[in-house]
Amino acid sequence: MSLDKPYLDVPGTTIFDADQSRKGYWLNQFCMSLMKAENRARFKAGERAYLDEWAMTEEQKLAVLARDLNRCIAAGGNIYFLAKIGATDGKSFQQMAGSMTGMTEEEYRNMMIAGGRSVEGNRVVGEHGDAQADRQPQGAVGRAANLKAGA
Amino acid sequence: MAKITASVYTSHVPAIGAALDLGKTHEPYWQPVFKGYEYSKQWMKDNTPDVIFLVFNDHATAFSLEMIPTFAIGCAAEYKPADEGWGPRPVPRVIGHPELAAHIAQSVIQSDFDLTIVNKMDVDHGLTVPLSLMCGQPQAWPCPVIPFAVNVVQYPVPSGLRCYNLGRAIAHAVKSFDAPLKVQIWGTGGMSHQLQGPRAGLINREFDNAFLDRLVTEPKALAATPHIDYVREAGSEGIELVMWFVARGAMADAEGGAAPTVKHRFYHVPASNTAVGHLILENN
Repeated sequence: MSLDKPYLDVPGTTIFDADQSRKGYWLNQFCMSLMKAENRARFKAGERAYLDEWAMTEEQKLAVLARDLNRCIAAGGNIYFLAKIGATDGKSFQQMAGSMTGMTEEEYRNMMIAGGRSVEGNRVVGEHGDAQADRQPQGAVGRAANLKAGA
Repeated sequence: MAKITASVYTSHVPAIGAALDLGKTHEPYWQPVFKGYEYSKQWMKDNTPDVIFLVFNDHATAFSLEMIPTFAIGCAAEYKPADEGWGPRPVPRVIGHPELAAHIAQSVIQSDFDLTIVNKMDVDHGLTVPLSLMCGQPQAWPCPVIPFAVNVVQYPVPSGLRCYNLGRAIAHAVKSFDAPLKVQIWGTGGMSHQLQGPRAGLINREFDNAFLDRLVTEPKALAATPHIDYVREAGSEGIELVMWFVARGAMADAEGGAAPTVKHRFYHVPASNTAVGHLILENN
């Protein structure tokens, strides 16, 4: 019998469950290694070589090199582990979270100051909120791209 | 006999710790957050307990994916503030209470809650930010702390009801400790927030305020809220709120005693990515 996963239809959201954790084990353990200053220095000195020391998939390594956190999460990463990469790069949690929306840092910060993202339209896949797949990326850049694609 | 005198509930946003440590508390962005805790700091001074039992979650700091305990009780004599990648927070070491912790561990495990016992652990912002919010920036924390870590990182996390019943078992254990200690129990984390994916930044004021209302008046019914409701309504990281039930279940009314008094309630959006919620309940 398959497991009950009632959370698969939440838009723009990946729940870090046992399956994701298994997929992302080495990616997350690599992130964990960045909690040591000497490892951070070695990673910065040669990112690809450092990543090659880990039993990660090529997709995981490329996602890290691109600093594409959505790709990292799809490949089994968890945000609390991925945050160690952000810390290594000198990024705040808000910068990291914002990077996954396509918004600029300022756009994301302003959204939070205005009360955050609304849950309306963002509860279930197929509604029309701003976290739905057909509205990515968000922010001015995304709007321009969508407009162009539509025209 | 030891007793639980009060419970405290608060978010533990890392950026709040950074704002304090970097002296940004008077900036317009942060002022409203710290103003909401002014009452709490005075209340802590007036009601300093002998021990704080502090329920929090580790954020991939002490526990990597090598080991993921659902419930872990700290029985050590002291705990170092962790280096989470930005360097350790400049806050005092956390002094433990090994005697009471060991007593609670034995009693609670005999009540069928299979705790993991931790004798060595660095503590991250999940534990130190609530201490900073409630105690300010002292040279030493005002009393010993028993850290109690709940897994809310890898799904499935424990249910709200499981946490509530665990709180009851902890209160029972505290009551049977043979020293006249005043113990506070703190539940931390939340409120609504999501840190990942295109839905990052989700906040739900309505959900949060209803949660604060019902945590006071009907906590057991609220504890039955299924996980998926947190994910859908309060964001994937909003699920941290289950930890508040450990503290709430430890209050006297869970065993038929008098309802607690609400001493303080505060809510603010945003702190970084998160809605900040805070309650102080006193046993009568």
